[in-house]
Amino acid sequence: MTALAAPLTRLMQTRFGPNAEVREMTRLSGGASQETWGFSLQVPNETPRHLILRRAPFQSAAKGEAIGLVKEAQIIAAAAQTGTPVPDIIHVCGPEDDLGDAFIMAHVAGQTIARKILRDEEYSLARQLLAFQCGEALAKIHAVAPDNLPSDLPISHGLDQLDRYEAIYRGFDMDRPVFELALSWLRQHAPAPLPTTLVHGDFRNGNLMVNEGGLAAVLDWELAHQGDPREDLGWICVNSWRFGVRDKKVGGFGPLEELLAGYQASGGQSFEPKDLDWFQALGSFKWGIMCLIMYQAFATKADPSIERAMIGRRASEAEIDLLNLIEGRPHA
Amino acid sequence: MHKAPSSEELLGSVIGFLNQVAAPQLSGQAAFHARVAANALALVEREMAQRPIADTRARALFAALLNDEASTLEALNGQVCAQIRSGALACDNPALLAALREITSAQLAIDQPSYSGLNQ
Repeated sequence: MTALAAPLTRLMQTRFGPNAEVREMTRLSGGASQETWGFSLQVPNETPRHLILRRAPFQSAAKGEAIGLVKEAQIIAAAAQTGTPVPDIIHVCGPEDDLGDAFIMAHVAGQTIARKILRDEEYSLARQLLAFQCGEALAKIHAVAPDNLPSDLPISHGLDQLDRYEAIYRGFDMDRPVFELALSWLRQHAPAPLPTTLVHGDFRNGNLMVNEGGLAAVLDWELAHQGDPREDLGWICVNSWRFGVRDKKVGGFGPLEELLAGYQASGGQSFEPKDLDWFQALGSFKWGIMCLIMYQAFATKADPSIERAMIGRRASEAEIDLLNLIEGRPHA
Repeated sequence: MHKAPSSEELLGSVIGFLNQVAAPQLSGQAAFHARVAANALALVEREMAQRPIADTRARALFAALLNDEASTLEALNGQVCAQIRSGALACDNPALLAALREITSAQLAIDQPSYSGLNQ
């Protein structure tokens, strides 16, 4: 059992009575800045409940654009109020809980691995529904009232992000003509920003919990910010998130028209497919630079794994996607 | 001089060991990393076979684009970047787009030959 078990048990006993027990504590994922644990909460005469602890390791610095766990919990709770499918927030930890920057939420059953969702028979109905459901969920996320958000939630529009990722790319001192082309093209074609909404910031396969009936919960809100709603709609269309199912533009599971129809049906504004092209290209550019960032973690020996190194060789997938978008090729 | 076994044979043999012997006996993260290691060596195998031809072709494409037959590929690549950035090479320049597509496709054939974006 981990050293977290004792403070977690104390917290559960405060919340659910002195006989509450924490069992089957398992680390589900984790990195330098954030870790996720699953556990079973047992209270006498009640059915065990599956809960999730999300926390930052002690003494870790917030990474990059991540907003921190307390704000993340506040945003998830705000998104629940507009009907977004999200896990129930059970508890936001304070200093007295001795768990660090952390919160506890309900476990939502389902699958996040794209290759299974896109190929397994079990998800055949889900695949038919997902694009529309993603549109509905995004409309609900974008409808969250600003008053319900942390007052210091970062504001970041498309061009700010282009500047930020360009600065990172320049810092690597690598000459990559397709990224230069993308930078010029994106600057020349930037659309006027729309009024700011809550933006999830990483709405894609891997962060969507899916069951047989489709979208069960939207996860991983650590990149949430205020910005242009088209950012989320474009990001889920980036070819890297289609996992080989190229003709289904939305996450490899459905057509863009269904995403936009679901968005409008749930109160979102009416967009044409071409309205998202710029944000999709921005997304491919960002993904290409993220691949190089992950390679840098290897090159600087911060993370010596072969996996980190190999992700650097995925920058070229973003390059071909950018060329396909800039040239307006079908299925780009 | 002596190539018995050749680099290619040695690489192929290590890839086979990682995929068929090591990975099945490992579990969790270690098994995953063994597969990634095999993929990395397969990439090296492709790079050894394809890189010289790809670089020769890239140099010819950039030399024609910049009308510069003398410079190295690295220098030409830097020049193409500078000219895109300055606007001397426009984003819709057909020769630029054709050259970048061919060079990027050759890079992907090494990096990730099954990537869906390649099939236009």
